Amino acid sequence: MTVISYLIPISLLLGGVGLAGFLYTLKSRQYDDPEGDARRILNPDWDDHPKP
Amino acid sequence: MTAHTHSRLAVCPGCVTGSDTQVEPAPPTKVSLALSLPTIHCQACISKVERGLAKVPGVREARVNLTLKRAFVEAAPELHAADLIPVLNDLGYESHELDLATLNATASNQQGRDLAMRLAVAGFASMNVMLLSVSVWAGASDATRDMFHWISAAITIPAVAFAGQPFFKNAWAALRVRRLNMDVPIVLALLLALVTSLWETSLGGEHAYFDAALTLVFFLLVGRFLDQRTRAAARSAAEELAALEVPNAMRLDPKGNPQDVPVRALAVGDKILVRPGGRMPVDGEIIEGKSELDRSLLTGETVPVYAETGTIVSAGEVNLTGPLTILATAVGEDTSLHRMADLVAIAESGRSRYTSLADRAAKLYAPGVHILSALAFVGWYLYTFDLRTALNIAAAVLIITCPCALGLAVPAVTTAASGRLFKKGLLIKNATAMERLAVVDTVVFDKTGTLTAGTPELTNAELYSVKDLSIAFALAQGSEHPLARAIVKAAHGLNIEAAPITDLCEIPGFGTEGYVAGQRVRLGRAGWLGVDVVPGHLTSSYLDTGEGTPRVFTFVDRLRPGAHEAVSALQTAGKTVILMSGDNEAPVEHLAARLNIEHWHANALPLTKLQEINAMAAAGRTVLMVGDGLNDTAALTAAHVSVSPASALDAARVASDIVLLGQNLEPLADACRTAEQATRRIRENFRMATFYNVVAVPLAVAGLATPLIAALAMSLSSITVSLNALRLR
Repeated sequence: MTVISYLIPISLLLGGVGLAGFLYTLKSRQYDDPEGDARRILNPDWDDHPKP
Repeated sequence: MTAHTHSRLAVCPGCVTGSDTQVEPAPPTKVSLALSLPTIHCQACISKVERGLAKVPGVREARVNLTLKRAFVEAAPELHAADLIPVLNDLGYESHELDLATLNATASNQQGRDLAMRLAVAGFASMNVMLLSVSVWAGASDATRDMFHWISAAITIPAVAFAGQPFFKNAWAALRVRRLNMDVPIVLALLLALVTSLWETSLGGEHAYFDAALTLVFFLLVGRFLDQRTRAAARSAAEELAALEVPNAMRLDPKGNPQDVPVRALAVGDKILVRPGGRMPVDGEIIEGKSELDRSLLTGETVPVYAETGTIVSAGEVNLTGPLTILATAVGEDTSLHRMADLVAIAESGRSRYTSLADRAAKLYAPGVHILSALAFVGWYLYTFDLRTALNIAAAVLIITCPCALGLAVPAVTTAASGRLFKKGLLIKNATAMERLAVVDTVVFDKTGTLTAGTPELTNAELYSVKDLSIAFALAQGSEHPLARAIVKAAHGLNIEAAPITDLCEIPGFGTEGYVAGQRVRLGRAGWLGVDVVPGHLTSSYLDTGEGTPRVFTFVDRLRPGAHEAVSALQTAGKTVILMSGDNEAPVEHLAARLNIEHWHANALPLTKLQEINAMAAAGRTVLMVGDGLNDTAALTAAHVSVSPASALDAARVASDIVLLGQNLEPLADACRTAEQATRRIRENFRMATFYNVVAVPLAVAGLATPLIAALAMSLSSITVSLNALRLR
């Protein structure tokens, strides 16, 4: 049973990373234009190099 | 809200006359511009618009938001939105300028992000704690169970402290004024559950409600989040309507050159040029020019009135035929537009008396839960004299009865219903509007601009020969007057060609004249042509072909599409339909007959409308008011629920609960049905949530409830309630 003393912290940490990731996307306003962002990926304009 | 209304009242659609020049009071280094692009729909549109805008000299950055169908541009200060509109037109996109000051979506965005963040934290924490709880339920015991409980506590307490803040704030706000709302039992349940669970854990006990507390917060936040999103969507659409009306006016500088300035910069004594088609930005007196004025939005009259030097004009009237120079006598808050605000303030007090279904449920529910849990506590304490058992059971009762499903019951339904209604073209602005719409039994319509489109239609073309019609057509082409345009439209419909006409000119305020085959021909007012007004006609114009006496063209106001269907559907649904207009008796009676409306009132002043509505309310009727004009604002506010079309004045839209986005009136009857259905679903949801409580509470009071039962009851009731909301169509 000692294995859970590693596994529980690890699972909490991984979950926490996911949560932090979500909070980051939220803070950087990545949900302001869901429809536009879904379409922009189809746009070939900046395929070869990033937008300057 | 009245103060807010005041500052925006002068913002009228017609003020956009001078959208060809300056728009923003430019800050020194850069300006932000916003454009509405209603027709964009795909990724090709995005890149086309962004590239097109980026090529315009002065544009620093252009970004399209497809969800909102808007483009945001950062540009050098000398650039104006009006410079960009032709660029977009060339690309094939319709675009309108948006007033960024009106468009402050940031506040509600911030609130939405805040709620989403709390929701994420609660979701993350409740999933982890639930996993730990599942192992406890599965049979973990002794030291393992205690460890799991302690880990749960370590996750739960900070998570609840962060995610539960909206509830703590609301509950505190209610308690401070010695009232109970839905949040008070929630907070009490949370605190009690946490305290007893901590106590149990420290004693190595079996039952801890950490998972229940967190799940509760999570489900309730889902409800709040849905609610906030629905309202933010409605608010953003309503703001967009207001932001489309950029408030500008043409001020004449001392040398007489017109300058484009914002309406709020106008002062008493300024000379203002109002072009044909423009709306009066201020109250004033005409000092130059002759024209006709459309006062329909203020008074409901359809017939334009003649205006010349010395005529007093009020803000909101539309100048029809000739350019006018007016001397401002009252600006901003002092204009006659704002006098209406007093009436609105009187009417307002009636509206605030409505308590929503959720509040009524809370009023019954909150004290009930507290009493029940206190009784359970006292009963068990007297029975066992064990504080720990008694507190445990009290906490279980509170957790199980906690209004998890009740918190979802209303937002789940309103989100589904307003989504449906939005697709039909109805924008629900007020949170309780849907419930109020559901109980309506009387519908009062305004005439001009609501049931009618405000544009006239020629009725007696068949009495004229083709030759006369072709002369009338030719004359009518020289004017922008609504009656002239109606003749042009009728002539197009009859495939009539315009007679060859020379020296066509418009005499503002009177009509148009010209020469056909050397003969002087005129089309215009009776007085100008030297004939008496033919009595009994609603709206008329006269044609003088040079042969015989001038003859009359008669017009009726064209019905708004769907008016017939809306009225008959409402009547079929058993509602009383009433027509109430500020217009004269003849046109009102005519329209009532056309639409088969039994009850009608003509010559209704704004105050009369308000009194009629109040009288009906006193007689126990629930009134839906549909109106668009300034003369309707008081009535719109006084009515149980109100609807205005998107073409209405900003003031009327602010006063009403629901905005009809399209031209068509037909969705109105449908909306009543959807609202009734939604309210029925809400009631069903309440009943279902109560049913779960009735089953689970005896178990809790009897001391048989375990954290597992609490978790099951909570999740099951929340899921059934949400599914029931989705049945709405």
